[in-house]
Amino acid sequence: MSVAVPAAHAPGLIRRRKIVNLIGLTFAACATLFGLFWLVWILGTTLYFGFSALSPKLFTQMTPAPGASGGLLNALFGSAVMIVIGVVTGTPVGVMAGTWLAEYRHGTPIAGIIRFVNDILLSAPSIVIGLFVYELVVRTSGHFSGYAGGIALALILLPVVVRTSDETLRLIPVSLREATLALGAPRWRMVTAILWPAARTGITTGILLAVARISGETAPLLFTALNNQYWTANPANPMANIPVVIFQYALSPYEDWHSLAWAGALIMTLLVLTTSVLARAALKGKR
Amino acid sequence: MERPATMPNQDALDTLDAAVVVSPPVPKDTRIAIRNLDFFYGRNQALKAIDFDLPDRKVSAMIGPSGCGKSTLLRVLNRMYDLYPGQRATGTVMMDGQNLIDSDIDVSVLRSRIGMVFQKPTPFPMSVYDNVAFGVKLYEKLNKAAMDERVEWSLTRAALWPEVKDRLNASATGLSGGQQQRLCIARTIAVRPEVILLDEPTSALDPISTLKIEELIDELKDDFTIVIVTHNMQQAARCADRVAFFYLGEMVECGPASQIFTSPKQKRTQEYVTGRFG
Repeated sequence: MSVAVPAAHAPGLIRRRKIVNLIGLTFAACATLFGLFWLVWILGTTLYFGFSALSPKLFTQMTPAPGASGGLLNALFGSAVMIVIGVVTGTPVGVMAGTWLAEYRHGTPIAGIIRFVNDILLSAPSIVIGLFVYELVVRTSGHFSGYAGGIALALILLPVVVRTSDETLRLIPVSLREATLALGAPRWRMVTAILWPAARTGITTGILLAVARISGETAPLLFTALNNQYWTANPANPMANIPVVIFQYALSPYEDWHSLAWAGALIMTLLVLTTSVLARAALKGKR
Repeated sequence: MERPATMPNQDALDTLDAAVVVSPPVPKDTRIAIRNLDFFYGRNQALKAIDFDLPDRKVSAMIGPSGCGKSTLLRVLNRMYDLYPGQRATGTVMMDGQNLIDSDIDVSVLRSRIGMVFQKPTPFPMSVYDNVAFGVKLYEKLNKAAMDERVEWSLTRAALWPEVKDRLNASATGLSGGQQQRLCIARTIAVRPEVILLDEPTSALDPISTLKIEELIDELKDDFTIVIVTHNMQQAARCADRVAFFYLGEMVECGPASQIFTSPKQKRTQEYVTGRFG
């Protein structure tokens, strides 16, 4: 039996393959650079203007009137409260819904429909969700509130968590499910004791992605939490929050408001960045 | 065609009686007696009128080419097929006077009596200790000392204790493939079943690990009735007391291992065990 030596027979083919490979690589590299360019520009600008506006006052004083000195304490606190409300209400519902889709109704038409609707919700403009919560909560309760803001954020977080939970659970091999059930374990024990821990990394990543997304949402908060120039610890009141403060201050004609907006943008960016990095590191350490 | 068991009229009952009469008698020392078992994946019949006896505390091996129904039969015994709508079995699988495929059987209890080890090692994402304790906790409330003892007993029986006794709290996914498979065996016997089903338990393992598992099977048959599905005929010859050859959903021949491998009665069995097909 003779072994063919393609290099000697078809040098043209190999050269062609190398050229196509080079073209492909070039395009891929250019696309990456194009994406990175804007990212670096945005991050660089935020860092530059944000750092020059940083001061301890940001964390001790309330948002000021034009011309007065002040900080972002009320807005930082409001944002934190509403993100916590969003995560605490949205995550359990999202994980349970994702589990239901993956473990209890996988392969049925109803699951297909729910996944489709969830994908629509995933890409729904956040201003629509803001208006929806405005009608649902703000109009019925008669005033803007931190609770309404938290609910709007939960609705934005929900489809992200549903999708990642569903997809992560479906990645777990069938053999692990069968092995659990072969011991006589009931389905709910399989889900809580085996599948959730096995899918922990994926589900947590999904929640973090969702947190990152809702941290910067402005539109839904404009219609729900509004803003508040003063300190309030009660989410039943209108609440200040970083995105809306950035929005208002950046559009204002006042120089000191501009620098506060930059500082707010920087703080939010760094918070999201460090949360994801820390969470990923912690998960890696555990595995 | 409808199965007689699903037609509760007199004709059907007569047919059923006739079927019982022609079924082979159940030998002594049989743990599970399978009679006239049919199995369907949707409309596709995967097992045809199987009669098969699993002797108590012996190793029964099922051999045959891929798709012959041997794994399907294994999955009937612990009702794994229940998980999938569209799969159904008819006939009788008698163990202690109960038909295991009756719908009123408590599947959870059944699976505690008939454990299963799969082709690929399936360690749970938890510590070695918790892997073994997981199944036990489903059925028994043991205090810490008793559970420690049970875990050690199971791991010792699975010939894994010396290798893991210093890393019981380490993640089970860090063990080697062979260790993971013995862990799965430990996890299965920790529940103290009566029957252990092994679905090609060594096909994903290296020769040394395979040897260990085979030695283990030999030890375990003192206490457990073992059913093993294997593609490896040497393995069947080494481990099994009885061997059944399956082909296209039928059981072609069944007998002592020595007879199946040296003087099979059926031509197809001979062709298969001599490597002419399959």
